[in-house]
Amino acid sequence: MASAVGAPARRLVTCSIDGRPVTVPEGTTIWEAARQLGIEIPVLCHDPRLRPVGVCRVCVVDVGERVLAAACVRGVADGMKVTTTSEGIERCRKTLTELLLSDYPRESRREATLGDDELLALARRYGIDREAIPLPRGDGRREDLSSPVIAVDHAACILCDRCIRACDEVQHNDVIGRTGKGYGARIAFDLDVPMGESTCVSCGECAAVCPTGALTHKSLGVAIHPRAELRAVDSVCPYCGVGCAVTYYVDLSKNAIAFADGRPSPGNDSRLCVKGRYGFDYAFHPQRLAKPLIRRGEYYPKGPLSGDVRGEGRGARGRKPGGVVDSEEVLPAFREASWDEALDLVARRFLEIRATHGPDALAGFGSAKCSNEEAYVFQKLLRAVFGTNNGDHCTRLCHASSVAALLETIGSGAVTNVYGDVRNADVVLVAGSNTTDNHPVAATFIKDAAARGTKLLVVDSRETGIARHAHHFLRIAPGSDVALYNAWMHVLIEEDLIDHEFVRERTEGFDALKEVARRYPPELAEGICGVPAGRIREVARIFGRARAALIFWGMGISQHTHGTDNARCLISLALLSGSVGRPGTGLHPLRGQNNVQGASDAGLIPMVYPDYQSVEDPAVQRQFEEAWGVALNPKRGLTVVEIMEGALRKTVRGMYILGENPFLSDPNINKVRKALASLDFLVVQDIFLTETAEFADVILPATSFFEKTGTYTNTDRRVQIGRQALEPPGDARLDWTIVCEIARRMGYRMEYRDAEEIFDELTSLAPSYAGLTYRSLEPYGKLWPCPDPETGDGIQILFDDAFPTPSGRAKFVPAEYQPAAELPDDEYPFVLNTGRLLEHWHTGTMTRRARALHAIQPSAFCEMNPEDLEHLGIEPGDLVTLRSRRGSITLRVQASPRTAPGAVFVPFHFREAAANALTNDRLDPYGKIPELKFCAVRVEKALADERLEHASGPS
Amino acid sequence: MRDWHPAVAAAEPSQKAERDPAAPLFGGVYRERFERILGRYPTKRAALLPVLHLAQEVRGWLAPETMTRVAELLDLTPAQVRAVASFYTMFNLKPVGSYLVQVCTNIACDLCGAGKVLERFLSETGTEPGAISADGRYTVVETECLGACGFATAVLINDRFYESVTPENVPALLAELP
Repeated sequence: MASAVGAPARRLVTCSIDGRPVTVPEGTTIWEAARQLGIEIPVLCHDPRLRPVGVCRVCVVDVGERVLAAACVRGVADGMKVTTTSEGIERCRKTLTELLLSDYPRESRREATLGDDELLALARRYGIDREAIPLPRGDGRREDLSSPVIAVDHAACILCDRCIRACDEVQHNDVIGRTGKGYGARIAFDLDVPMGESTCVSCGECAAVCPTGALTHKSLGVAIHPRAELRAVDSVCPYCGVGCAVTYYVDLSKNAIAFADGRPSPGNDSRLCVKGRYGFDYAFHPQRLAKPLIRRGEYYPKGPLSGDVRGEGRGARGRKPGGVVDSEEVLPAFREASWDEALDLVARRFLEIRATHGPDALAGFGSAKCSNEEAYVFQKLLRAVFGTNNGDHCTRLCHASSVAALLETIGSGAVTNVYGDVRNADVVLVAGSNTTDNHPVAATFIKDAAARGTKLLVVDSRETGIARHAHHFLRIAPGSDVALYNAWMHVLIEEDLIDHEFVRERTEGFDALKEVARRYPPELAEGICGVPAGRIREVARIFGRARAALIFWGMGISQHTHGTDNARCLISLALLSGSVGRPGTGLHPLRGQNNVQGASDAGLIPMVYPDYQSVEDPAVQRQFEEAWGVALNPKRGLTVVEIMEGALRKTVRGMYILGENPFLSDPNINKVRKALASLDFLVVQDIFLTETAEFADVILPATSFFEKTGTYTNTDRRVQIGRQALEPPGDARLDWTIVCEIARRMGYRMEYRDAEEIFDELTSLAPSYAGLTYRSLEPYGKLWPCPDPETGDGIQILFDDAFPTPSGRAKFVPAEYQPAAELPDDEYPFVLNTGRLLEHWHTGTMTRRARALHAIQPSAFCEMNPEDLEHLGIEPGDLVTLRSRRGSITLRVQASPRTAPGAVFVPFHFREAAANALTNDRLDPYGKIPELKFCAVRVEKALADERLEHASGPS
Repeated sequence: MRDWHPAVAAAEPSQKAERDPAAPLFGGVYRERFERILGRYPTKRAALLPVLHLAQEVRGWLAPETMTRVAELLDLTPAQVRAVASFYTMFNLKPVGSYLVQVCTNIACDLCGAGKVLERFLSETGTEPGAISADGRYTVVETECLGACGFATAVLINDRFYESVTPENVPALLAELP
């Protein structure tokens, strides 16, 4: 846990428990104090992570008063003498157990799965024969099996309220309550609707804390057994940048994961979201690639193989609804090969291209889903063996602009503080981040702070889940961020709400900022943002008066042609208010993928070697030439979208794509399709046949997250170990061994014993990682930089006295408002906004093969404001065709006031209606990030027979 | 004059609920009453009970969408509103007729023939307990003690209180409802 900075030390009190003295801070409960002595007091309604309520009374103890006291709520006092067990106390506990058991169902789902039903454990302890209890039985309460992941058995519920507190106070989803009274009292979801129809987000926290068989995890295809019968593997979650610590329970006989528990890491405090808790089964999906594949001769010249990816709509086979690449349609184009044949072919073709067209005709996309070690060896292959810096990954599509702005202003691209420190902030700004969907567990910390009094300001064009918790939500016009924040700064300067000392001592360039901000009075911003000037002033003042303000942002800021300008404004705002380098302050661009921070740290970006050391700096180049024993290319490489353009222009001819799916993730699919098809040679290394793999010459079967050990760096800069839990299928190989084999066959020795040896090489070349070792990363990882890995957790708050810039000061870089690259007009009157859903991740390759996630969110849809739909004469649920200047997609429309009038929101996970068929590939000039959050589209009601038309070319 | 207790004269006139679910929950005069209620409490959530009563007065019952709206107005979650509304029997969680007839059948009233009074209400309105009569006017239910044991049988029709009700005066009592 991050240290609770500023919390006053509590007075200590001494009491005795069962005759043993114990000294604890005042306010500690008897139950907690006893636990510190190793005395377990039985309890049903309490869990150390929950606020104690004392409703089950099983934990009663004798404190020398007239009646027994509930240990879970009663605080210890000086001189108190506590007896935790006696004949009288045990009789009380036994009676309570009998009462609860009298109406308990014969079969407990918890006992039948995890085997840890706490009520039945008490029954065994007190030797209670359920059948012998002389009490009337109720007529039973119903089951609710409507949720795809959680089974509800109301008959097994003892109304301990653990689930209600877990839902309301741990996850802040506020779904579970109580309904009725007397015997009819039960837990209820929302307005007592079935769980599967409620607003439940399936985080599973309730099932994790439930002591009985009332709320239990459903099996995801592999039977759940008691923990002791399964192999526990401490690892991390493979999905978002929060990087929750997880224990996976593996059924070795089936080589599959049965279930997952959160671990008490500082980053997640045992919490998980639906993806982390229920989204692991993609790894043992039958479509996993298990053999190297080589494209058959008759499938040249190359092109997409399936109707979907060709974009011609319904193929002769008719497409299946939903889901994933149709293997039967694509696989005939490939033949199985041995690893030797496949690797020799890859090495030979890359060597030929390099010899004929030069090293910069080769390029590679690595992946933010792979480990630091894999990112490191991959960029080393590109630089030391291919001889090019043309290596990038999806960071380019995510926070490239944020990093560009951060490097320029404060000299470092990483977060300056961890998200958990929001507990010490008195104001938090969440800008352009759908935190509850995209970083659900980080969002729980923000929601928690907001519930405890931190003022939460949310700025977004869409009313996202986090906005519901906001004290002030500003819905701004899409792409108007610069105008809004300039106006905030205008107000702060005008009303003298700035931190003069910080600005004077720690920054430079204030005059230039002042000059620009002067030109953005709130009245001007009102016209651009659509937020009344009075509201702008009001919220700016709240920010300006904060003692400690923390700023989070997401893709709503970064994915614009002015993404760097957006981030510059947020940084200026932080500098102006002195909100960097202290507890409760900081700049935190929430990283999207589990290892987007680490892959960037490891040098998988075209301008820098590991740890952001410029490829254009001769001294750095010499250092890496020495380390790697080869001459290196001093020219900075191409970025993601530039590589695709290079492929179209034939300047890039050979590509190695490891674990990315640019066909769906990159903007303007119709262009990407042509680019991928025009490559002379493409190697795709992945765990499934992706849309991108249809263009490959060679497909190499890789290992999934669960089949390998490696380190991953989360959005907080926390480096954690993901441990191998499963054996890879068939002939699939570890990603780094494949990369090393290709290097060897191209004439460069790259040999490592294991991932740990690669990590040691990385840390020797990346000063920020210096000192970290696998041993020191146990059990919950370390934040980089970490000056004392043996004892410390790493540095949580960066830049408390200087910035890593030449002058040691941070620089204000003012930005002028400029509209998006493609504005709506008469022909294309709506603004398209793309984004993610809680249940899915990136291009859906993994999540659409996870049965629970697929069951909850099976198909593509777009979201529009009900007013717009009414105006267009379209009913919610109708099929609509969205057209942009680049392509069109057909999908169902949902009505939601969360999306503003004039806007269309499309999740980009769905291949059958790929949002990126529409998006604009225009780039931010600094971060080279495309404008995925803004383009102009037209909305038409689709005819019934148009329903199967997908991702077709420009109209 | 009828032979029930004169306290009736002091009670508010029977309120016929507005049943237009499309109308704003608290418009016009209700808006003012809503604001007045909020003004009496330190926090919005504290006003939940009186606001639910007001909502029921407007709508006749607490439909899911009504509870959702109340949750929005008071910064509560739907689950919290439902928890409170389902605890108190005075809140109707399903639709009722324009007139909700609640007949006390606790011990005192029961001894004085509340069962017959109940039967008479049911036969006069042609309904089953808890159901809505065909013309939509009546719902007849049994209720717990209304605190008028000295004047059994006690009956509550919407907000109006009737005492010493006998099977014989049920038709007149119903006929008098507007």
